[in-house]
Amino acid sequence: MAFDRRLLEALSNARGIPGQEDAVRSLLQEALAPVADALHTDSLGNLFVHRTAEGQTVDPPLRVMIAAHMDEVGGMVLKVNEDGTVKFRNVGGLDPRILPGKRVRIGPQGIPGVVLVRPIHLERKDRDRVPPIQELVIDTGGAQGIRPGDMITFDTRFEPLGSLWKGKAFDDRVGCAVLAALLQRRYPCEVVGVFTVQEEIGLRGARVAAYTVAPHVALVLEGTIADDLPKDRDASPVTQVGRGPALSLMDRSASLDRRLVALLVETARAHGIPYQFKEPGRGGTDAGAIHLAREGVPSAVVSVPCRYIHAPASLLHPQDVAHTLALMTKALERLGQEDPRRWRTRSIHPQPPSE
Amino acid sequence: MKRLIQELCNLYGPSGQEEAVRDYIAEQIRPHVDEMRVDPLGNLVARRAPTRPQGQGRRLLLAAHMDEIGVMVTHVDEKGFLRFTGVGFPLRTTLLGSRVVFSNGVHGTFGLEGKPLPTESPVPLEKLFLDVGATSREDVPVEVGDVAVFRSPVVEQGRRILGPSFDDRLGCAVLIQVLQRLQETPHELYVAFTVQEELGLRGATTAAYSVAPEVALAVDITLTGDYPEAEPMAVGLGKGPAIKVKDRRMVAHPQVRRWLVRSAEAASIPYQMEVLDYGSTDAAAMQIGREGALAGALSIPCRYAHAPTQMADLEDLEHGVALLLAGLQAEIA
Repeated sequence: MAFDRRLLEALSNARGIPGQEDAVRSLLQEALAPVADALHTDSLGNLFVHRTAEGQTVDPPLRVMIAAHMDEVGGMVLKVNEDGTVKFRNVGGLDPRILPGKRVRIGPQGIPGVVLVRPIHLERKDRDRVPPIQELVIDTGGAQGIRPGDMITFDTRFEPLGSLWKGKAFDDRVGCAVLAALLQRRYPCEVVGVFTVQEEIGLRGARVAAYTVAPHVALVLEGTIADDLPKDRDASPVTQVGRGPALSLMDRSASLDRRLVALLVETARAHGIPYQFKEPGRGGTDAGAIHLAREGVPSAVVSVPCRYIHAPASLLHPQDVAHTLALMTKALERLGQEDPRRWRTRSIHPQPPSE
Repeated sequence: MKRLIQELCNLYGPSGQEEAVRDYIAEQIRPHVDEMRVDPLGNLVARRAPTRPQGQGRRLLLAAHMDEIGVMVTHVDEKGFLRFTGVGFPLRTTLLGSRVVFSNGVHGTFGLEGKPLPTESPVPLEKLFLDVGATSREDVPVEVGDVAVFRSPVVEQGRRILGPSFDDRLGCAVLIQVLQRLQETPHELYVAFTVQEELGLRGATTAAYSVAPEVALAVDITLTGDYPEAEPMAVGLGKGPAIKVKDRRMVAHPQVRRWLVRSAEAASIPYQMEVLDYGSTDAAAMQIGREGALAGALSIPCRYAHAPTQMADLEDLEHGVALLLAGLQAEIA
């Protein structure tokens, strides 16, 4: 299955902070309406895309929920000052160190602005101080039409950068793009793709979506931290760009189902797809909400490693995207042949088959 | 009871990998329950039908958690030292010098970066490393994602017992015994041996959804205030099981409290009342499942929770079983 770079490009360029994911949802709706067996949105704004099972061996077929979140971290206009500058707050985790001097877009119209920074020439004592978001303002040149509640996103266009791709919001637009690609066909299990809202402010969309879908198994697609540039300590890079999809074992939101992780490992090995384990203990995903839905849902997380997430421009390796799509495709084929409702323990470190 | 504790406390079962504990418990209770199932997250949920007409009976869920705290490998460095993160919250001050064991039997001990004596208290987790005696990265016999737990023999000294993972294998032991000894009950009884309590009451959350109980009771350990210069707390070892009034995340329903107090008094079983400043139990999650439940907890007093070696009193355990057996005969009103 080919990966549609243009869709990722459009998704990355689209703007959508938590609670204002409309533009992202429209793109996905447009792309998937022609292939979906059913498609609907719920009251929070989650988009559900159903694919019925085809060629299943288990009856009733396994219902697999695959989630990717549409929202991106950003800001929100608090008020417009009398001098025309804009006071704002973060929505989702923004690092105040990276904000000064950055270009942003404001409101549905995308009014350009720059986060105000005092020229270095004028700074005396406080050169090393990081001003908190509460002290920052955005200069729009006095543009009209900005209102409290307007969303603020980084002004970054998708583009290739050497052998990598650069864009904003790869967390989690790359997950959305992979999920959209997966939904182009049917599998031997029922698949409900859910493009969730409000992940960055507490997994809120996924919570109700999982209740609605009541899946047997859930897979979460993410764009996750890669801290793989040289450092002065021998510490974990969390994940590494170019080393294949990253599988989570435990993060702050969930201890992932080791039987499901083992199935992903076995699948990757069987098809020669590279994979890596994400450093345990870091971050959290929609799986945190999904696995606790109703009677509980065995869940796993598959992530595309991205440098500089939650920043104006993140970088990923297109090969990792292709491998993530391949791994997910093969895993869904396999899931249709197995019944996780009967699974026993299996190892996430299978021995290589003896020669 | 002693044998049960000996066996339970040394079964490998960090949060998320409770299979060995679950298999053991399933064997112990199989002849004594009407039904038993493992739910999607791995909780073992057993059911006992009421033996008397159900007039005064309630749909009752008792829970003890199978999982124990541990440390998970996050990184293996070039020289073969391991970095780790907590599975649950092992007390950082107790790590240095203690020993942990992986599921494949590999032992490890903790070291600290820099000076041989800690200069910061508590020691920051990122300055600690785990040493499994490897000579290089290639020589390390475990991998990222593997989990090690505290292990030591369970020892009986006078009335007291010392050992690892009393939190909450003692609760599991109590509930196993209750199921084994229970004869008559008007209640529709569910007993859940839950997973992932130490990660945030996760197993109890889904178990409460599937059972939908009217009354939910956690059986877990609690802290004590009976050691030198302890923070004020009324609970002490050897004074009987503790009937929970309140902890960080739950206020017990007065009806549940009253039920346990009356049952204890009617059967002349010693008990104490518990107000806990730190932590909580599965009851906090069960209380707010679905439409909500009358919730409470029966606690086994235990010193040094989340440390490699913990201490409890055998008589408190016996009295805990007796109290629950008495309570299960009685009406909850």
